[in-house]
Amino acid sequence: MQYSSQSVAKPYFIAAIGLFLGQVLFGLIMGLQYVIGDFLFPAIPFNVARMVHTNLLIVWLLFGFMGAAYYMIPEETETELYSPKLAIAMFWVFLIAGAATILGYLLVPYAALAHYTGNDIIETMGREFLEQPLITKVGIVVVALVFLFNLTMTMLKGRKTSISLVLMMGLWGLAVFFLFSFYNPSNLVLDKYFWWWVVHLWVEGVWELILGSLLAFVLIKVTGVDREVIEKWLYVIITLTLITGIIGTGHHYFWIGTPEYWQWWGSVFSALEPIPFFAMTVFAFNMVNRRRREHPNKAATLWALGTGVMSFLGAGVWGFLHTLAPVNYYTHGTQITAAHGHMAFYGAYAMVVITIISYAMPILRGRAANSERSQVLEMWSFWLMTIAMVFITLFLTAAGILQVWLQRYSSTPIPFMAAQDQISIFYWLREGTGVIFLLGLLLYIISFFVGGSEKAKAA
Amino acid sequence: MSGTFTKSMARNIFFGGTVFFALLFLALTFDSMQTIPKRDNHANLTPAVVAGKKVWETNNCIGCHTLMGEGAYFAPELGNVYKRRGPEFIKAWIQSQPTGAPGRRQMPNFHLTEQQLNDLVEFLKYSSEINTANWPPNIEG
Repeated sequence: MQYSSQSVAKPYFIAAIGLFLGQVLFGLIMGLQYVIGDFLFPAIPFNVARMVHTNLLIVWLLFGFMGAAYYMIPEETETELYSPKLAIAMFWVFLIAGAATILGYLLVPYAALAHYTGNDIIETMGREFLEQPLITKVGIVVVALVFLFNLTMTMLKGRKTSISLVLMMGLWGLAVFFLFSFYNPSNLVLDKYFWWWVVHLWVEGVWELILGSLLAFVLIKVTGVDREVIEKWLYVIITLTLITGIIGTGHHYFWIGTPEYWQWWGSVFSALEPIPFFAMTVFAFNMVNRRRREHPNKAATLWALGTGVMSFLGAGVWGFLHTLAPVNYYTHGTQITAAHGHMAFYGAYAMVVITIISYAMPILRGRAANSERSQVLEMWSFWLMTIAMVFITLFLTAAGILQVWLQRYSSTPIPFMAAQDQISIFYWLREGTGVIFLLGLLLYIISFFVGGSEKAKAA
Repeated sequence: MSGTFTKSMARNIFFGGTVFFALLFLALTFDSMQTIPKRDNHANLTPAVVAGKKVWETNNCIGCHTLMGEGAYFAPELGNVYKRRGPEFIKAWIQSQPTGAPGRRQMPNFHLTEQQLNDLVEFLKYSSEINTANWPPNIEG
């Protein structure tokens, strides 16, 4: 590690992986509740498990992004972090607030939690992904602002690279758009309209800037390709992302009481959203093929290439599958949406965070790369998790197609639960594949403890 | 990407393109705000509906159900449940939960008061009357 303050990234990465494990365990609980409806009822009702599952996802990705930024910014700006102490303090604040929130979901009825945490002051709770109590939301804003202050001050005193600039734009955007989570009008149409300004403008907007810069950083390190070339690619990719993704928000404005011209705007622009992901795939493979060095960390390179492919498949192809308004009319809010959500989040965000962890963690632990044995194990975990996610997606897609047919498209539509009963075989298959995913994740965690003494040579 | 296309050109296109499309999005949003009142059923946004929305939110209904197709996919769509089932059925259904049928998906009992049940039904009635461009395709949601 070039700058000692980069070491603050380490606890962030460890927390990210720990919370990821929690997310997957709750995913398995929910998967089982899809077929054994009363599993763990009333101790953990489905809605609680889902809140935990999705909120853990968001929090572990945020831990990953923050760790990545603390690792990358000193190296990019060629200066020590403005305040490592502040970074560590914020780590504990965020971890404790996150853990307390999850425990609140699990131990207190949601209505009571809302009552005791000030939801009556500003009503923000009970909306998908934004279920956090008001005090947690305020805490997120505080942590984000301190984090951004720390990094911005670092950047002001150091070298300004395009990668760090794009990363900082993404992170500032993340904080700014989160502020819309405090706006919850009684008018349901407006509520939904601006809810998407957090959700869509995060994952199909500013988060992609973070994704691009993380990937670009790792590719520079593992391939040794000229920074000018990689940063030019980065700008091209994020240009394509935002010129398609901003108006692409319209694909959420088809059926929620918004003007019908959004069916055109949303369909056309979101149909173009796979292009930046395709460019990212080409970019990753191109850079690795043109590499000027053989970096000893093969696992990190594999994760980087995997991010390109899986984000294109999950976000690009599976997004396109149901984004055109005439198709979405039938698929909106079915298992097709769930299929897309799973592969897109894994392929784009989970994988890019694992990519930077895979690259940075060995260095934070004092070696250029892990031992051969450890890397082989890590690559096994890559294939297990990735192939499991492909099959989870395929099974949910099959469930979704049947659901659409039975409940929405056939000449004799049947009720929701009757349709669910008919497609339960695919939920069983999904659950089995989910267990494989968990095995992959456990293998990934084990790889951190394998052969630590046998160090690979620095390149 | 040939040598004539430089990084600074790419950066300028990024900033220019982003600003242009962000402004276009804001313009479309401005127009939507003018048009939405014709579709959003705000005339029926009574105090009971507002209270019902709070009941909906503070019991995390969206954690299992969809509302206009958004939410979780574990339980039926409720944007049109008022039209599908009617007010009395909805209230009776909520009060009779959980069914306790072995192996079936269970909905918790939220111990709602009569007032809260009425408000929630008013909210679902209001929701069902928003102009959603004829979605969902049929009454089953």
